[in-house]
Amino acid sequence: MHEMGIAEQLVQISLDAIPKSMPTPRVEILNLKIGKLASVVEHSLTFCFEIITKDTPLENVKLVIESMPVKIHCKTCHKEWEVDTPMFKCLNCEDGEVEIISGRQIEISSMELAEE
Amino acid sequence: MEINIGKRVLEKNETDAQRNRAFFREKNVFVLNMMSSPGSGKTETLCKTLGHLMPEIRVGVIVGDVCTTNDADRLAVTRAKVTQINTDQFGGDCHLAAHLIDASARQLGCDDLDLLIVENIGNLVCPAEFDIGEDARAVVLSVTEGEDKPLKYPLMFQVADIAILNKVDLLPYLDFDAALAVDNMKKVHPGMPVFELSAKTQEGFEPWLEWLRRKVGEKTAK
Repeated sequence: MHEMGIAEQLVQISLDAIPKSMPTPRVEILNLKIGKLASVVEHSLTFCFEIITKDTPLENVKLVIESMPVKIHCKTCHKEWEVDTPMFKCLNCEDGEVEIISGRQIEISSMELAEE
Repeated sequence: MEINIGKRVLEKNETDAQRNRAFFREKNVFVLNMMSSPGSGKTETLCKTLGHLMPEIRVGVIVGDVCTTNDADRLAVTRAKVTQINTDQFGGDCHLAAHLIDASARQLGCDDLDLLIVENIGNLVCPAEFDIGEDARAVVLSVTEGEDKPLKYPLMFQVADIAILNKVDLLPYLDFDAALAVDNMKKVHPGMPVFELSAKTQEGFEPWLEWLRRKVGEKTAK
């Protein structure tokens, strides 16, 4: 359900990044980085985009989503590792003080505009 | 033509949350964000908690729901300052974002508060994503849900500072394995304190109240 709010933010950030000098801009591709822990369903996000980009420079934009792995850093022994199951215990020192350094992000890295 | 953007979607929310945090620091009020799935007993836990804490600790509550003021009405009997946010006015959002907390906290006025509790919208997914400027996050799980909920919704249990396992008075009638549920929470968040209690009978309430009193004391002493 939060995909709509996320789509609205992504559209706003993209519209703000279009150079004002372009008379009829058309965004062809949005390159996104979305963490595996961010709970974003790609199909829902695409669906929301189709609805809210009608009659905007982003109409029919293609979303290219790079799925970012979940990475953990242990604050005690400084080991860093990638996890594919939701177990956030340090494998090395078994201490509890771990932090998620990747896997929660929802970012726009770039957009590709059609040549005029 | 490719244009580099490099922006995070939650950037605006994070800015709003930092502004809230500065406001709460200035007012010396401890802010607790309470999250859970619908029906875990957040409101009942709060009603009983306020009964123990007030009037020694001055408490305000911001209640979030998609619709109705039912929870605010239930909390009104505690005589805490209560304000309700209904997100159906904002597109039916499934979480409370930082800017909504900003408006409500200012409307509530924090000058005469020691503790502000935000009862978030019942949802184990989205509220975990949104920093609202709180000091601590509590997640409530009840024994009528599954033991594997922490593994299914890991982010929520990872970002929480403490967990409450509620409705333990029902354990004799259920197949729920409380030790397994706590073990799953610790897999997702090792070291997180878990308070096993019943809001209905108030069994196991004291360690939770003690934690809350200590946290409020630490913040208001600053």
